[in-house]
Amino acid sequence: MRRGLRTRILGISGTLLVALILAFIVLPAFVVTLAAFNDRAILSFPPAKYSTRWFTRALTYRDFQTGLWNSLVVTAWASSIALAVGTGFAIALKRYAFRLKDTLEGVLLSPLIVPHFTIGLGLLVLATGLGAARGFAVVVVTHVIVVLPFVIRSVYISLQNIDERLELAAASLGARPGRVLTTITLPLLAPGLVSGWLFAAILSFNEFTASLFVTGQATQTLPVAMYGYVREFADPTLAAVSVIYIAVTAALLTVANTFLGLGKVLNVEQGR
Amino acid sequence: MLSKAVDLSPPANLPGASPSPRPAPAVRLDGVVKRFGTVTALEETWLQVQQGEFLTLLGPSGCGKTTLLNLMAGFLEADEGEIFIGGDLVTATPPYERQIGIVFQNYALFPHMSVAKNVGYGLRMRGVGKREIAERVGQALDLVKLSGFADRSPRQLSGGQQQRVALARALVIRPKVLLLDEPFSALDKNLRGAMQVELKEIQRRLGVTTVFVTHDQGEALSMSDRIVVMSAGRIRQIGTPDQVYRHPQDRFVAGFIGDVNRLPARLESCTAERATVAIRDLRREVEAGTLRDCAPGAAVDVFVRPDHLTVRPAGEPGTLPARVAALVYQGSHIDLHADLDPGLAEGSGADGRVVVRMPGQGALATHAPGTEIGLLVPQAGLVAFPPEG
Repeated sequence: MRRGLRTRILGISGTLLVALILAFIVLPAFVVTLAAFNDRAILSFPPAKYSTRWFTRALTYRDFQTGLWNSLVVTAWASSIALAVGTGFAIALKRYAFRLKDTLEGVLLSPLIVPHFTIGLGLLVLATGLGAARGFAVVVVTHVIVVLPFVIRSVYISLQNIDERLELAAASLGARPGRVLTTITLPLLAPGLVSGWLFAAILSFNEFTASLFVTGQATQTLPVAMYGYVREFADPTLAAVSVIYIAVTAALLTVANTFLGLGKVLNVEQGR
Repeated sequence: MLSKAVDLSPPANLPGASPSPRPAPAVRLDGVVKRFGTVTALEETWLQVQQGEFLTLLGPSGCGKTTLLNLMAGFLEADEGEIFIGGDLVTATPPYERQIGIVFQNYALFPHMSVAKNVGYGLRMRGVGKREIAERVGQALDLVKLSGFADRSPRQLSGGQQQRVALARALVIRPKVLLLDEPFSALDKNLRGAMQVELKEIQRRLGVTTVFVTHDQGEALSMSDRIVVMSAGRIRQIGTPDQVYRHPQDRFVAGFIGDVNRLPARLESCTAERATVAIRDLRREVEAGTLRDCAPGAAVDVFVRPDHLTVRPAGEPGTLPARVAALVYQGSHIDLHADLDPGLAEGSGADGRVVVRMPGQGALATHAPGTEIGLLVPQAGLVAFPPEG
């Protein structure tokens, strides 16, 4: 059957295409992981002899230690602040009609369009003018701006999945607005809040371009420290750090999946 | 003979009417108006719901019935007028202080709570003690026959069961008024009938004042003490099911409640009470109240129910000539669609198509499409309205 053959060829090439795409997505992580275990002091592939000494170096290297700590501090603050601010804005955008609503939405989502180096440079100039350059506050503010659109999107979508009649029903049953919020809205919003925070944390943890402008020697985050390292050395330490990065992020997602179900957290499933 | 309708409805509420010795109506709307921007969703409305009454707001979508319900619930604020619940002025009272129970079309059960938690929610918000909550939730679940389902999640329940939970949740707070917003439209047809009977039974047993919103005239006729027929933001008629069905006051009501045929006719004469109309050469008496004014010779539309028409052999004296267009088998009956003689419908705006509801199956054999027939128009049960426009 010609037609059957054609369908089969199409089917096979389709599968192949998808497999290739998936391979390219995973390939960098795969190559870097192998390179991290290379015993030789230059970044090469494939490795001839395996060792874990670069992990030891990565974990004991001073700049990486402070960089990791800085990154964790900045990520925790930035994603939490972005969550609080973003939730407020998402509720305002979803539930209320007011003048300049479209403008507000545009401004809030603009970091998606404005290049990160522009944001970084702009905040650097601003902070210098205010005499607050190279402090942690500027780094945190930068990260909040960069991740805010993602938090707002995530919370907004979750709000969309909440039937407002649930809140009306609660009100008719005697719940004051504050109690409607704590007993109905927030519990139903929880998956959206968690996913928003998670997105923000991952993005903030990985943010490099804007951070490069606003961090100094004392406040540099891990990606900036890695950039500094690669300009001086070319050994597989960086690959080892990358592996640690992947492991930490994967661990975060696994935790989220175990406790909340990844589909729910990422808003893949439609709420009923 | 046309019996004069006995007015069972309470007296119309007039502004400044003297206080009656009866208990205050459960709900009273005094000249309530609601606008959305430039659109008036509800024109000035005066309405009283008596204690223990089952009142239905009936009308097509966009007629203002849901707006009216939301105003009673406090989800919307009236632009003009006052609302009273149980004699208390509540126009500006938020929903959480009105003590009303509401069942939504989609039930709006809290998905993150068990059935028992859902039902007990209103009591928890009122700070009722744990033991009393457990007791009253148990009673409410007994009432709706869901005793064994307390620990289930709403997601695990069927549509009918979810609706019972929603009903129990609304009733457990002993509401002053129970509001039902199209509660049956999400159920399949068999279940719908059973739930209607059950709901009506519970309502009667508890004697709870109920305001029921629906677009389904069958539901309205079978469940209500009184029906409020609405269209385009206005109340068209308030009356018992029988009053609105048999004595529609307005063209819209006549067309909306039940199936109806429109026969073009001429007005011949009238007294204060009765009018005589001629459908071709058939003379019939109708109530004069529904005709705006009496102008002999004016065109009027006579409304007749499909089950009041009878099919006779063509040419029989006292019948209207027509031709069978289609037969529609409906199980318990057969709907015969017929086209009136073109001369009759001419210039009246009516399309000349009528439906005759016939019992039994004999019609299938004897009235094949194309057959000439005569339509026998009854002496009673007719209402006439001036033509549209």
